[in-house]
Amino acid sequence: MAVSLAGVSKHFERARGAPVVALDDINLTVLRHEFVALIGPSGCGKSTILRLLAGLMPATSGSTAIFGYPMEKPRDDIGIVFQRPTLLPWLSIRNNVLFPIRHKRRMVTPALKQEADRLLEVVGLADFAESRPSELSGGMQQRAAIARALVQNPDILLMDEPFSALDALTRDEMALELLRIWAERPKTVVFVTHSIPEALLLSDRIIVMSARPGRIVRQINVPFARPRSLATMEDPAFNNMANDIRRGVFSAEARA
Amino acid sequence: MSARGESAGGRIAQMLGEALIAVAPVLTLVVLVIAWEIVCRVFAIPSFLLPRPTAIWRAAMDFGLAEWWENIYHTLSIVLAGFAISMAFSLPLAALLVGSKFLNRTVVPLLVVVQSTPIAAVAPLIVVALGSGSRSRILITVLITFFPIVVAATTGLRETPQELIELSRSLDAPVSRQYLEIRFPFALPYIFGAAKVAVTLAVIGAVLAEFVASSAGLGYLLLNSAAMFKVPLAYACLIVLIVLSLTMYGAIALVERRTAGWMR
Repeated sequence: MAVSLAGVSKHFERARGAPVVALDDINLTVLRHEFVALIGPSGCGKSTILRLLAGLMPATSGSTAIFGYPMEKPRDDIGIVFQRPTLLPWLSIRNNVLFPIRHKRRMVTPALKQEADRLLEVVGLADFAESRPSELSGGMQQRAAIARALVQNPDILLMDEPFSALDALTRDEMALELLRIWAERPKTVVFVTHSIPEALLLSDRIIVMSARPGRIVRQINVPFARPRSLATMEDPAFNNMANDIRRGVFSAEARA
Repeated sequence: MSARGESAGGRIAQMLGEALIAVAPVLTLVVLVIAWEIVCRVFAIPSFLLPRPTAIWRAAMDFGLAEWWENIYHTLSIVLAGFAISMAFSLPLAALLVGSKFLNRTVVPLLVVVQSTPIAAVAPLIVVALGSGSRSRILITVLITFFPIVVAATTGLRETPQELIELSRSLDAPVSRQYLEIRFPFALPYIFGAAKVAVTLAVIGAVLAEFVASSAGLGYLLLNSAAMFKVPLAYACLIVLIVLSLTMYGAIALVERRTAGWMR
């Protein structure tokens, strides 16, 4: 088990009024190298789960464990990709990819530099190692951000709506790209998204959440064979599942 | 043929136009100075009301280069010392204010009180407390310059994308490095903006300090010349002060273009 949340709740105190219950009694386990998508309406606590897993905030109650060890502080076998690429504008793409290592350890070995270049090749940015982020398109910047998340060779990759700021075409392209990268470098992925087709295309399992309080209302195993491609999305079963999940999300929202 | 001739003529006219725009600021200044001279001569304006540019020039030349240099050096050293201390004090303070809610609630109101106090009114009290040496002059300059730097730097440090702060925290990196490698570089455009304001304020501070506690420097010279009705020399001091201020501003703008070029 790579990730396990047992009876996890998270309350946010407010200056006035009762605390907001962001997460309520979440039980979730993710297997090693499993690709899990979290889906649900805004404010259902999807991103809060990622922040708990990243060690950025403690849970109010319940236990969070990574590889069986309780989460006490951030650990470096976890990579994070955010909604925005947020590269450092004054660093080259290569140095942006190396940034987590330099930031943490101050030193970058030649082996790590080679690893950064290999990663840039994997994400298709080998020719842009010396470029500045501003010279790259949004999709390319997000690829660089993925390479940055992978540079410490983490076992767990947390992705917080990583493609939602991209246009529709780039978005599909990036999803397929991510599948290819994931096949090349298997990781345990927790992927937050608003897009049902994206969740279906990418993940092994979809966790549907409801909002206020954030609860898991449904877990769906995605049956489509890998490797998946755009053809997977043309499968009639794909659409049926998408519609089914959409009804589930809406009914969960209606109940909340 | 004629069409081509016209287009060549048009091109020359366009080039002349561009050249005119390029020299426009200098031209404006020259025209203004000439107009000033003419108005003074035609209306026979007495020197104590408004001295002629040529009279100011003559007074400046008569004063002597060594004396000028001595006074400029005196003022400039206060400006630079005050500005440097202000920066060295404001930037770490801004980092502390961003990092600690407690300090923010306790120190910021204090800073606002200091900023709201008319420094010109406090200056004589500072001289009483610290004497008429360079210490008081530098303190007056620091008091007048630090506030815009603190405010701008705190704003800049807070503008850093939240994701990068989370990235830094998820790496469990030391907070000092979060500031040095992420927050301060992001705040640089704000800090440069404030530094440009602060350096011109530093000139004001130095002159004010020389008014109340000095026997040298451009501020003292200006006050002294005016008191002795050497009005053209006082004007010359004023012009030197303006040039000094503009030069400092330009120097910081130059450094800004070199270091914060990634902004564009």
